[in-house]
Amino acid sequence: MEIGAYSFGDTQFDSSGEQTDTAGAVRNLYEAIVHADAAGLDYFGVGEHHTASMPASSPGAMIAAAAAATKQITLGSAASIISTDDPVRVYQQFATADAIAGGGRIEITAGRGSSVETFPLFGYDLADYDELYANKLNLLMTINSSADAVVTWRGARRPDIPGLAVVPRPAAGRLPIWLATGGNAGSSARAGQLGLPVSYGIIGGAPHRFAPLAELYRRSAAAAGHTGDGIKVSVAALGLVAPTKQEALDRFYPGWHNLNVEMGRLRGWPAPDKSAFLAQAEAPGAYYVGDPDEVAERIVHLHGYMGHMRHFLQMDIGGLPHEHLLESLTLLATEVKPRVERLLARER
Amino acid sequence: MNSSASELRGASPRREASPRREASDLRTIGILGAGRVGTAVARQALKAGFEVRIATAKPVEEIAMIVEIVTAGAVAVDAPDAAAADLVVVAVPLHKYRTLDPELLAGRTVIDVMNYWSPIDGEIADFEDDPRTSSEVVQDFLRGAALVKTLNHIGYHDLEEDGRAPGTPDRRALALAGDHPEAKELVAEFIDQLGYDPVDAGPLAAGRAFQPGTEIFNGSHTAAQLRALLSTASQPSHA
Repeated sequence: MEIGAYSFGDTQFDSSGEQTDTAGAVRNLYEAIVHADAAGLDYFGVGEHHTASMPASSPGAMIAAAAAATKQITLGSAASIISTDDPVRVYQQFATADAIAGGGRIEITAGRGSSVETFPLFGYDLADYDELYANKLNLLMTINSSADAVVTWRGARRPDIPGLAVVPRPAAGRLPIWLATGGNAGSSARAGQLGLPVSYGIIGGAPHRFAPLAELYRRSAAAAGHTGDGIKVSVAALGLVAPTKQEALDRFYPGWHNLNVEMGRLRGWPAPDKSAFLAQAEAPGAYYVGDPDEVAERIVHLHGYMGHMRHFLQMDIGGLPHEHLLESLTLLATEVKPRVERLLARER
Repeated sequence: MNSSASELRGASPRREASPRREASDLRTIGILGAGRVGTAVARQALKAGFEVRIATAKPVEEIAMIVEIVTAGAVAVDAPDAAAADLVVVAVPLHKYRTLDPELLAGRTVIDVMNYWSPIDGEIADFEDDPRTSSEVVQDFLRGAALVKTLNHIGYHDLEEDGRAPGTPDRRALALAGDHPEAKELVAEFIDQLGYDPVDAGPLAAGRAFQPGTEIFNGSHTAAQLRALLSTASQPSHA
């Protein structure tokens, strides 16, 4: 089981409670990825969001920089909002990072995004939501499957490509392309039909309720004739690891509160409720907030339902102090991961 | 349905919805849409003992596996078969409401679970430029249908967890609004069977009181609390 992290960037607050600069959030994120690599974490996912509090808008640029400064960690987008981007450009950026990393450590995760902020930003019409996604994903897969770098593509919502080169090519010939979903059944079926690995973003409710979706994914893949190593599941969730459960709760709650206040202002929600937070932070809730023992046990519990091969956490939200992020990354790599492996070995 | 605010609430111990069903002929539920909301309504309706049919814009064979795995017990059908059910639930993304076939739904009792929630789903001109509630716009389009707005102000996770047998103290209530009394009666029975106290909010336009951004939309309420909030909302403003 791979253990990892993901982040949309997390703009810090200064001592007077004012939000600091977004460039600082980008530097922190870069430092966190380098730190995670040195600690032995398996995976780090980046972006994509476009807000002042979550400014990791350019996963390709961040991953290329991190590729040069890391040795072993797998780097990917989490997720690339492919509907409103140019798949040729996304592919070129990640293939460039792959070359810098020496090959084999770079992945693309394609999603629609849980918010619609990229549509007005890049000038797309929400009415084309489904058509954009289907066409752009198809183009991304077409580029990836080209044997000789020459791409011929016809479709909608983007000009055709009449046999043009898309370079550089990944060292291994292909990049892993994942499909991200928040739990829509049709997306699980689509990932299976396309033979793509699937990444579930589970941000609320009991995570094991996603088990039927993983089954739907695997059966859809089998029905379409897709088998082998490419058919796999990962889970992205919120969480934080600290030496003790109480410290983890105390460290994570203020940022969770800040984020919910901000979203509430935008979406017309009431003030966040601490009892709701605490309920989600206990098994079988959605937040993997705890000491290494508890977080490891809950990951293994979910594994019994999902059979996932990677579990990765978003920890830096709402201005989580940077040192708490770094410590959590260390604990994930050095304390949670060995416990997960031990528990899984016992089950076999 | 609101998806996020209420997801943050903790899970409650599950109790089955009431299995009683003698009084009426309400047996089959047709659901248009197999997304998170449509499948949650389907599972809760199955739990309450209804026969559930699900249709999407796709051919039956394309959604058969989804229906079999995600809503075990329901049947994947084409839209006309779903529309022929005793009660039809429309659970497609609101921006696709014009893909519904008004002729299919003419004369049917139809629940509109959809919300216009632009901070989440983006702006849609049909609703942005119209001062009426989203359900009134949808009713206009589905001219011959008897539309009832409800199930829009409970999160799809909560829907499967908060249901309780009739008479349970502090049972959660759900508001319904519509211009067709008989349709509302049928829908009220359905809501009750799903595990919630139905509260009549009045005509379809009264659904404004439980659209996104309102206190009703954001919270969980008993019938008495809901009636009080609806009554406050219907007072003329001082402005």
